[in-house]
Amino acid sequence: MTLDLLPPGTRALITAVDWSALVAEEAARLQALGLDVGARVAVAHRGVFGGRDPIALTVGRMTVALRRAHARAMQVEAL
Amino acid sequence: MAELRTAALVGNPNAGKSALFNALTGARQKIANYPGVTVERKAGRLTLPSGEAIELTDLPGSYGLNATSPDEEVTRRVILGELPGEPAPQVLVVVLDASNLEQHLVFAQEVIALGRPTVVALNMVDLAERDGLVIDPAALADALGVPVIPTVAVRRRGLDELAAAIAVAEDRPAEHHRPHTTLTERRLTAHAIAEGAIVSETARHRMHAKLDRLFLHPWLGPLILFALLFVVFQAVFSWATPFADALEGGIGALSDLARAHLPEGLPRDLLTEGVLAGVGSVVVFLPQIVILFFFILAMEASGYMARAAFLMDRLMAGVGLSGRSFIPLLSSFACAIPGIMATRSITDSKDRLTTILIAPLMTCSARLPVYAVIIAAFIPNRAVLPGVGLQGLVLLGLYVFGIVAAMLVALVLRRSVTKGAASGFIMELPKYQMPRLGDLALGLWQRAWVFLRRAGTIIFIVTVALWILLNFPRAGEGENQVDASIAGKIANGLAVVVEPIGFNRDIALSLIPAMAAREVAVSSLATSYAVGADDEEEQAAELGERLKADWSLPTALAFLAWFVFAPQCMSTIAVTRRETNGWKWPIVMLLYLFGLAYVFAGLTYWGAVALGL
Repeated sequence: MTLDLLPPGTRALITAVDWSALVAEEAARLQALGLDVGARVAVAHRGVFGGRDPIALTVGRMTVALRRAHARAMQVEAL
Repeated sequence: MAELRTAALVGNPNAGKSALFNALTGARQKIANYPGVTVERKAGRLTLPSGEAIELTDLPGSYGLNATSPDEEVTRRVILGELPGEPAPQVLVVVLDASNLEQHLVFAQEVIALGRPTVVALNMVDLAERDGLVIDPAALADALGVPVIPTVAVRRRGLDELAAAIAVAEDRPAEHHRPHTTLTERRLTAHAIAEGAIVSETARHRMHAKLDRLFLHPWLGPLILFALLFVVFQAVFSWATPFADALEGGIGALSDLARAHLPEGLPRDLLTEGVLAGVGSVVVFLPQIVILFFFILAMEASGYMARAAFLMDRLMAGVGLSGRSFIPLLSSFACAIPGIMATRSITDSKDRLTTILIAPLMTCSARLPVYAVIIAAFIPNRAVLPGVGLQGLVLLGLYVFGIVAAMLVALVLRRSVTKGAASGFIMELPKYQMPRLGDLALGLWQRAWVFLRRAGTIIFIVTVALWILLNFPRAGEGENQVDASIAGKIANGLAVVVEPIGFNRDIALSLIPAMAAREVAVSSLATSYAVGADDEEEQAAELGERLKADWSLPTALAFLAWFVFAPQCMSTIAVTRRETNGWKWPIVMLLYLFGLAYVFAGLTYWGAVALGL
């Protein structure tokens, strides 16, 4: 399952990331924020006005906002 | 080590660096730019236990030494001593958020590995304890090999201990002077160190998760944001009125005093018509600027601003931008200069350029004097609905006009000159925090000072220069002074160009000095009407009354439309040149904005004439 499909509130482990699907700077920024293979994440909030973008993730004790396109590059396994 | 003179704070964004910096240095801060770049350099004096003072700088927040934004680039170059004209700080103070230890230790390791004298400030330990985290500073110090001082910047805890540690910080053997670990290695180490230093971790009751459920709610969240923005703009206009009236009264009283006590003649006229009428008409807008910045600073300090960016991302994505552009654009409502400088946090260069180019379309506070004077003179003060006045509605309309124009321009730019891959939105949402009043007051004072300094320098010089051009050569018998003056002759030439869009000679005259700053248009009108006045009574008449007598309604409306677009601000052009490293983009900005200003002023004028207004 990719991260964009993870139901809100479910905790999951990032198992693989397709970095080639992302712009280099964005990949670097996601890594800097701790979004990398092995990170435990959960979707805290998703979408505004009924849309599916953007997504707020909890990573450790941080909350990180990103877009669905980024989340789609990440494979997760529900915990 | 040579005598200790400099130290710098480094750390991740949202580590509480700025609050710690304020707490350590107090109100006496020096804000300038780093040599050659427009990244803000904040410096202050830190008193060591010995009584000696050193210079402490607050480096831009960074996630690592591999920079991905201009801000981070400056941090990296200063730390490594690679920025010409900026010697590397002698002691590095790494600021860590205690409740986000694992994440912040990743960058900390990189800095510590440089082998330079380093001290760690374990900041916000109170918030960590609130979250059920207890950390052992000694264990952390052992693991990192540098002193660790727990601090709570907002409560002034641990500051003396930190200053003492900075005073005795020593060189350590460098680990090859540049870190050779990979990000993954540092992350694993960070996890291990955090694990070892955390004494206990109970169930976290996280207040901010609850607040986020409300503020990031897909429907309630945007509603709250729009309600908040409505309150902000309402406050800017209603709260400021008594203060603005008081300032205006004070300036009027000074002017009367000068008229009563100084002998008649050119020096007195220079003081009353030039300095007081000109600079005074701008200074009265200080209360509005302070109120707008109060809300912006409070939203930033509380952590809400990042939520606003989250909520706005969807809308911004519609025109090819991201939620990140919301913060610079909101700041641009106060002033485009801090707005354009705030675009440095946007990683995508095309995104950043687009945001810079549309920032001047946000109605900045310098346009308020222009709008306020014209609206007060030409728009009847009557209620359209209970509690909703026509004047306020017109003002709101001008703001909306600017926003809509900005969005359309962004849409066009993203499909033409700044075409590129759709930009992303990646942003840390910081913890909610109660803003400290002292920090807010300090921020407000710094902004107010910048505004007053502008009024005292650029606006003062331009107003006085205009007064001189308006007064020489002196008019002969039966001749109007403005017609006879140098300025009048220049304006006659320009008037030919602007007459087709309904502007008269007085407007042409005010547009020239207003190239320096938009609000000068008001002071120039005030000065030229004061100089052109035939007698004392007319001279003392309010600017609004004079405008009403001399201008038609279509002209006034065209003047408003002009200022929605016209890029009449030298500082904005200068900051755009610096931020984009060249003249290309400021020239693009000037051309497209003047073009739109001319077209829309003309459309407004001829539309209003056709409607018989």
